[in-house]
Amino acid sequence: MDLLNVSGSPHVHSRESVKKIMWTVVIALLPTFAVSILSFGFDAVKLTLIAVASCLLFEWLIQKFLLKKPCSISDGSAVITGMLLAFNVPSNLPWWIMVIGALVAIGIAKMPFGGLGNNLFNPALVGRVSLLISFPQQMTTWPMPRPWFSHAAVDATTGATPLGMIKTGLAQGKDMGELMNQLPSYAQMLLGEQGGSLGEVAAIAIIIGGLFMLFRKVISWHIPVSFIATAFVFATILHAANPALYIPGSYHILCGGLLLGAVFMATDMVTSPMSGWGKIVFGCGCGLLTIIIRVWGAYPEGVSFAILLMNAVVPLLNKAFPPKRFGVTK
Amino acid sequence: MKTFRKGGIHPEENKLAHNTKLEEFPIQEKAVLYASQHLGAPAVVQVQKGDKVKVGQLLAKGEAFVSANLHSPYSGTVSKVEPAADLSGMKKPAIFIDVEGDEWEESIDRTPELKKEITLSPAEIIAKIKEMGIVGLGGACFPTHVKLSVPEGKKVEYLIINAAECEPYISIDNRILLERTEEFLTGTCVLRKALQLEKVHVGIEENKVEAIARLKELAANYPGVVVEVLKTKYPQGAEKQLINSITGREVPSGRLPLDVGCIVCNVSTTLAVYEAVQKNRPLIGQYMTFSGKSVTTPHNLYVRYGTPVQSLIEYCGGLPEDTGKVICGGPMMGRAMANLNVWTNKGFSSLLVINRKEAKRMEPQNCIRCGKCVEACPMGLEPYLLSANAKLNRWDETEKHHIMDCIECGCCQFSCPSYRPLLDLIRLGKNKTGGIIRARQQKK
Repeated sequence: MDLLNVSGSPHVHSRESVKKIMWTVVIALLPTFAVSILSFGFDAVKLTLIAVASCLLFEWLIQKFLLKKPCSISDGSAVITGMLLAFNVPSNLPWWIMVIGALVAIGIAKMPFGGLGNNLFNPALVGRVSLLISFPQQMTTWPMPRPWFSHAAVDATTGATPLGMIKTGLAQGKDMGELMNQLPSYAQMLLGEQGGSLGEVAAIAIIIGGLFMLFRKVISWHIPVSFIATAFVFATILHAANPALYIPGSYHILCGGLLLGAVFMATDMVTSPMSGWGKIVFGCGCGLLTIIIRVWGAYPEGVSFAILLMNAVVPLLNKAFPPKRFGVTK
Repeated sequence: MKTFRKGGIHPEENKLAHNTKLEEFPIQEKAVLYASQHLGAPAVVQVQKGDKVKVGQLLAKGEAFVSANLHSPYSGTVSKVEPAADLSGMKKPAIFIDVEGDEWEESIDRTPELKKEITLSPAEIIAKIKEMGIVGLGGACFPTHVKLSVPEGKKVEYLIINAAECEPYISIDNRILLERTEEFLTGTCVLRKALQLEKVHVGIEENKVEAIARLKELAANYPGVVVEVLKTKYPQGAEKQLINSITGREVPSGRLPLDVGCIVCNVSTTLAVYEAVQKNRPLIGQYMTFSGKSVTTPHNLYVRYGTPVQSLIEYCGGLPEDTGKVICGGPMMGRAMANLNVWTNKGFSSLLVINRKEAKRMEPQNCIRCGKCVEACPMGLEPYLLSANAKLNRWDETEKHHIMDCIECGCCQFSCPSYRPLLDLIRLGKNKTGGIIRARQQKK
């Protein structure tokens, strides 16, 4: 007879794996990808493929030649980084800028910290923000999405995102009520008819992906709910205080990258807190910072900065909000 | 549905022996009994080479307060008294018996009739339980008479019978509740009388539908028995979690169930108490499940202590082709056997065969900080942090983060998508941290 295995308990495993988790996120991103193809056509496919391929390539190169560690690109995390990076840029971004973004995301934000699990900041967001700072021109020219299934050329028009329109409109001294008439309607924002990055235009696709991840227990409700609720409440208070200056809370939720950020970026396991309360505080911080940056900052959009800033305090949140111990009263 | 406050998991239940009737394992030719089969001071061997023994005769005496008697499960001649390896390979003093016939002590009532009337006083019940060598058969083998002897100043409010049987595969509690219901219920009344309580709470997971129905039907005839149906969730049967599910109380960190007025006994123990007190029968064997995914016919057997594990395996059709691991106890908390050439002892509640695929541990990967271990931990600990600190020998950190509260249920390691050996490291950490704490207390 063969020798028996001997090890400590437990002797069974849930058979959950990093691979399964990561590929579940990839599947959850597919509805968003589908809408971006419908809205921006072949550009969406091209940019996403370039981003994913460069992320995989850089991770493989760094592991093989710099770290000399076994290759782990099949775990799917680089695919997610690539997809999220592509979803955070305008559809007409030159391909070589996309490659630079991937290099920053993988080569600076992820691998130097020790690869998957050890990075402090969300790699896709680091990539995105460095592109925004380095290539402000290309990163803020937004081709308008065409109506679904129409054959109109995609890049016929370029325009601003709703948030961009608000920022410039207010700077020109326009009234918010006046501006609202020019902005896309709620229905248009739900279905992806607004200017913006590849993956942020259609709220409905992001929500479907989020529910799928929630159902598969890849994310928990804490971060998306606290993120969105805080942003909503804060923006609603501002709107109530001065409707001429501030847009309604519900508009804030649906426009820009808030949903994409709350569902896919802030929930990144590696860069978010461990315990329920830690996650809630993290989400609240993201929501608060997003609105502060959007309303008073120089940039029209603040989701990426808000999440990155909150990423930095995750170790502190883990320390400050441990789970409630059983049988320990303090 | 009642359940514990935090954490827990749902492993595959695999209750393959759920509907398998209890049966008695045949008598073997040779028996080997470890002299000490309990937690506490070792028992003192009372026999020597050449002695004739009967079934039920005292073999080793628990002289200290926290110790337990051991009686002979077989009749025959003592061939030698010398150390034998136990299932973790440690040599322990043991009594070897050449079995001859099946001759019982006359004082033991072997008739199958139910003896419902309890004539002994509380003190006499506890003395009887001590005499008959009853220990907790849930796994810890803590002497039951010690558990029932409530120290001055402490008050028992709840007597809880642990019928949760939350470990996968194991099905003996379920079968005892179905087939020996009245004896079990009388056992609960004996324990209740010993503690002079009004009620006894039987905690059982909702997945044991038939057993719950049977218990509820017959409990009407046994005043004071409360059947508490609990959510099917591992580790529902862990002592602290069970107390929390039923009473809402939390045993304070580092304290005992008695500190929140609770005493917990398991189903097999309760049955043993019935037999000891009502039938004058010492603890000489217990029910156990033999099961596994590749096992063709699972069994629920009554096995006398000292039975060779090898002959048990042969009786059940041998080990399947793809055996990777053999476990004594449940798959979540049981011990992998390094040596099959051992004999059954008190607390041996199951023998499980894990196939090669499941026995193989996957290569650990980086922690992705998913928090699944934190979510799963029923004690509210942070297993990722404890294991990382244990790996770095930071024993002050492990102590600060309550490593000693870990109940080793295995929920963290079960849930970890990176296959990290969390519990291995935490166990090591507990060992080291516990040693440091004890040394510090001794200094004081």
